[in-house]
Amino acid sequence: MLSRLSQTAWIAIRALSRNKLRSGLTALGIIIGVASVIAMVAVGNGARIRIQSQVAALGQNLLTIFAGSSRSGGVNAGAGSASVITLADVQAIGREVTDVVALSPEVSTPAQAIANGRNWSTSIVGESPDYLIIRDWKLAAGRMFTEREVRAAARIALIGSETATELFGPLDPLGQTVRIKNIPFVITGVLMSKGAGMGQNQDDRIIVPYTTVMKRLTGDRYLRSVNVQIGSAERMEAAQQQITSLLRQRHRLGAERSDDFSIFNQKEIADTASSITTVITLLLGAIAGISLLVGGIGIMNIMLVSVTERTREIGIRIAVGARASAIKMQFLIEAITLSIFGGSVGVIAGIGTSKLISFTGNFKPVVSGGSILLAFGVSVAIGIFFGFYPATRAAALDPIDALRYE
Amino acid sequence: MITQSSGPVLVALKELAKIYRTSEVEVNAVCGVTLEIHKGDFLAVMGASGSGKSSLMNMLGCLDRSSSGTYWLDGVDVARLDRNELAGLRNRKLGFVFQGFNLLARTSALENVELPLLYSDPAVPLRERRQRALQALEWVGLSPRAKHHPSQLSGGQQQRVAIARALVNWPELILADEPTGNLDTRTGIEIMQLFQTLNASGITIIMVTHEPDIAEYCKRIVQMRDGRVVSDTGKPSPRIGGPRELGSS
Repeated sequence: MLSRLSQTAWIAIRALSRNKLRSGLTALGIIIGVASVIAMVAVGNGARIRIQSQVAALGQNLLTIFAGSSRSGGVNAGAGSASVITLADVQAIGREVTDVVALSPEVSTPAQAIANGRNWSTSIVGESPDYLIIRDWKLAAGRMFTEREVRAAARIALIGSETATELFGPLDPLGQTVRIKNIPFVITGVLMSKGAGMGQNQDDRIIVPYTTVMKRLTGDRYLRSVNVQIGSAERMEAAQQQITSLLRQRHRLGAERSDDFSIFNQKEIADTASSITTVITLLLGAIAGISLLVGGIGIMNIMLVSVTERTREIGIRIAVGARASAIKMQFLIEAITLSIFGGSVGVIAGIGTSKLISFTGNFKPVVSGGSILLAFGVSVAIGIFFGFYPATRAAALDPIDALRYE
Repeated sequence: MITQSSGPVLVALKELAKIYRTSEVEVNAVCGVTLEIHKGDFLAVMGASGSGKSSLMNMLGCLDRSSSGTYWLDGVDVARLDRNELAGLRNRKLGFVFQGFNLLARTSALENVELPLLYSDPAVPLRERRQRALQALEWVGLSPRAKHHPSQLSGGQQQRVAIARALVNWPELILADEPTGNLDTRTGIEIMQLFQTLNASGITIIMVTHEPDIAEYCKRIVQMRDGRVVSDTGKPSPRIGGPRELGSS
């Protein structure tokens, strides 16, 4: 039985190798199908991992409180439209919400920074010493400013990696002076590069104590936002509610009035982003799966043409003693061989395509073993499924008609 | 009826008939042929087109079933066999040579000859297949061309490959359907001489032809008309090499 099967497999493979071009073109459908399933799922996975890491880069368990309402109905104009968060609010949050482990009031202003004979338009962001901890951000060199320097509204600055390059080129910016609105600041630290994320370039900025921005640069008395870090992910929801009720109380908002601030919950964003990318991965995989199906129909198509074209060959084989089952097995094995070949090449092409995509940009597709197994398995199943009908047609041919077939 | 009785009976036909039915007409292609063919016979079936000789050959080749009557091949009642058993019978006991050669294109002469061995039961190992196919090619004088594809061979050579394929399993009976029909006279004679050599080595041959000159090479000629045998003449001593120059006819 086994030798019979291997004999038939031999016949099938010889028949395929006699028609290399046609076999190759038939397999191409499966190759493209399998490769696109693998590459698309890898792209989806890569997107999910990248978005997750970007959300994580915002900081662990981060709540950001913005002044102004985010509600679009009524008269509220949106986040940041009214400057109503005060330093007293921040102190109250720090005092009364026990889950808060770190907190940083934030104010910012665009400004022209002048140093080293160059000038560069960037954003000046005022923060507290906790800021780097909250954002999980490291310094490439130097030190963060202290609480004391905040109280003194000291003229010291941390410089983003890109801003440093623009202003100082290859020079070491540490200890240098940068002038912002004609006020000289001493650079005490250089930030590590964090890359572009969430719609803004985080490496082009200068971070100074928030008091310095408020007193020396803008004269504002209100905060734009507050970054708050919560002790654990489980307490995020509770902390958000406490902050909400605290601020409503402090702002004397009656039950009929909506919030005059909004809270951005990093965990919610992460969850939403991850569910969106899962849907995108499924969608990409499904589209690629359709191309795999089309590839399978291509195999059936070519096999049917092949049965017709090789009618005489089938007649000869039957005449010299091939059983109907042998003819059927031959064509079935031909179809399966094509799909296994196509599947194997497709796996390689899929991994190659994913690698190629990762070379072209800062995006990195992640090939998953599951998608390889699935795509390969489906392609073999397609070979069996779509090979069956042509094989049955071949086996049912009448030898006399087949031998006369022109 | 004169028959050449050179051995035991290989083929025995009794009132063999074939009727083709289409929706409106019935065609009696073969109507009651009774014939005995002995081992070692070399028989030519002649007749005009439509005389039923092709239908008879299809039944003899176990490619088609009779409508009535019996066909005994080497003591076996063919009508009792199922499709798979018929395939096995064709594989072991029959060899086919066709007018149009019917070789697999893009396939070497050697692999074409190997073809019946691929379907043998029990399976023949690769080494033995190669060896037996080469032997058969040697038999027809084509072993130097084993690697050539049909398109690289002349008509006569292609027919030799086909003959090698027919005899690779050393069948009891070779059925040849107009084997010289696509060949020029000279090559046709060569092929007929090859058949005579095969026949001399013990293989029974039945061939269909409509050329009397070709039929002359056979030991016995059966004439058919309208599905019946109208004459059957055994020839006591066929001359190897042909009875006369065919070019003159």
